[in-house]
Amino acid sequence: MIEASDLTVERGGKTILSNYSLSLERGRILAVLGANGVGKTTLINTLIGVIKPKSGRLSIGGQVGFVPQLFEVPFSYSALDIVLMGRARHLGLFGSPGRRDYELARHYFHMLAIEHLEPQAFNSLSGGQRQLVMIAQALASECELLILDEPCAALDYKNQDKVLCLLEQLRDRHGMTIAFSTHMPQHAVEIASDVLLMTSGSSYVCGPTADALSAGNLSDLYDLPIARADFDGLAKHTYAPVFRHEGARFDG
Amino acid sequence: MSNSSAKSSASGPARHANAAAPGWTGRKLASVSVLPVLIGLLVATVLYSVTIGRYDLSVRDVAYILIDNIHPLVTPYWDPVQEVVVEQVRLPRIIAAVIIGFGLSISGAALQGLFRNPLVDPGIIGVTAGAGFGGTLAILIGLQGYLLLSMAFLFGIASIFLVKLLSTVRGRTSMLTLVLAGVVISAFFSAAISIAKLLADPFQKLPAITYWLMGSIASSSYWDVLLMAVAVVPSAVAIYLLRFQINIMSLGEEKARALGTKVVLVQWIILLASALISAGVVATSGIIGWVGLVIPHVARALVGADHQRLLPVSGVIGAIYLLMVDNLARTVSTAEIPLGIITALIGVPVFAVILRRLHAKGGWSSD
Repeated sequence: MIEASDLTVERGGKTILSNYSLSLERGRILAVLGANGVGKTTLINTLIGVIKPKSGRLSIGGQVGFVPQLFEVPFSYSALDIVLMGRARHLGLFGSPGRRDYELARHYFHMLAIEHLEPQAFNSLSGGQRQLVMIAQALASECELLILDEPCAALDYKNQDKVLCLLEQLRDRHGMTIAFSTHMPQHAVEIASDVLLMTSGSSYVCGPTADALSAGNLSDLYDLPIARADFDGLAKHTYAPVFRHEGARFDG
Repeated sequence: MSNSSAKSSASGPARHANAAAPGWTGRKLASVSVLPVLIGLLVATVLYSVTIGRYDLSVRDVAYILIDNIHPLVTPYWDPVQEVVVEQVRLPRIIAAVIIGFGLSISGAALQGLFRNPLVDPGIIGVTAGAGFGGTLAILIGLQGYLLLSMAFLFGIASIFLVKLLSTVRGRTSMLTLVLAGVVISAFFSAAISIAKLLADPFQKLPAITYWLMGSIASSSYWDVLLMAVAVVPSAVAIYLLRFQINIMSLGEEKARALGTKVVLVQWIILLASALISAGVVATSGIIGWVGLVIPHVARALVGADHQRLLPVSGVIGAIYLLMVDNLARTVSTAEIPLGIITALIGVPVFAVILRRLHAKGGWSSD
């Protein structure tokens, strides 16, 4: 679905990413992790086609749907208005949504079990609800690859869980390919089949979660000790930072 | 997801069914009911406007006089002067008011969507000040009539290209830079207008410039109306055709691009169409401010933010509004009051209220 080789991306004349290569097969979930400012958003903008790479090859084998980070609109659109906008690609320059587009939008409201949000003002919704509406918008564009920029940022645990469950369900039941960025390794542990650890603009680790997502790689990634932690009585594990460990100092 | 559906049904099945009701048909109904009422109101306002003025006429007289042109229903019982008053004096300026109000309001609504800012006015793109300077310069060097008109128009169109040039960096135009470039160009032409006024003969040209700038359609002929319509009508149609794209543009450039919108093309069409409207209006009628800023808010309060409904409703409300303003302008006192003064006198307090309401809601800081 995603096939990128030797990607070099510039922004405002500055090289942000150089020689990135990654590939993601259909029906898999990729989690992108990295420190603030390392270029996660730039990579995402390149994948969705908003930024053109300076050099390298990028091919995406299908329609892309994009869910931005927590989103507000300047006008009081209803949630239904917002989801209908996902139909843009299919309507042409002078078109406007017709019966079929409304039916499709409805269908996704129903699928995500958020019908009750339809007539409500988008900006009055909670962060979690807004995230679901934006996912419905991306789905309404009939995409095959769903790209999300920190879909769980600013959400509480319950809502994070909802979004993660939804993403997994979209992959399992609807054959979606998904890429998302996150700051929590646990999100990757839970649903990602592949991870991309962006250490810097030119070095990265990419591979199946089982191999690439390790305490060692994560410690390098965040420049902080990260330890694997197993949940008592559950066949689950996570990776957690070891804050204030011996030898760490605040040195500006 | 099972949790969330459980929660929604817990809040009551009745509410659930209710929420699903304003669906495709419901939304269509809402748009159908508001617009025809407004159009009816516009027609009534037009008819009423023809009757008022120094010559007293009834709606019946006006109807007979107008229908007489197509098919004489009754033998003319009216004074030929009355016919001239209706057809040559009042009707052209009424049509002019309708076109100006419609054009400025639809352009204001579209630009507010494009710039994602509810406080944008058609003047923001620099065209109004540019065209204003063109007209001022024409009066200063002694040009009149259609030469004045073309000069104002050309300066207006030139300013949008200047703004675009100024705001394009490395082949890309950000909407924020465009607004700032518009402010810069407006400031420049405002200064140029001041210089022209300073240089103008204070007894003849200065009053002519001042009066022209304040806006008036008192002396509109059918020919003026036609010229204005040529600039405004196709532009308004173009903006209306892009109604759904404007919705998407209002989510922001990046999001619009990701949704598959031809961002640059849509920006250009809306900017050019708005420039044509503003330049056409200023050239034929002087500077009429505040309409394009205030009316879209009234329309938004009535039909919501969706530009598919907002654009036509804005246009029609704007037409009604400017027609009433022009009625005031020609009837309140024996001397004609410039339109720009009345639109500002009404617009400023309304704008102040809008500003406070936006502020109370957390405002436009969402961008």
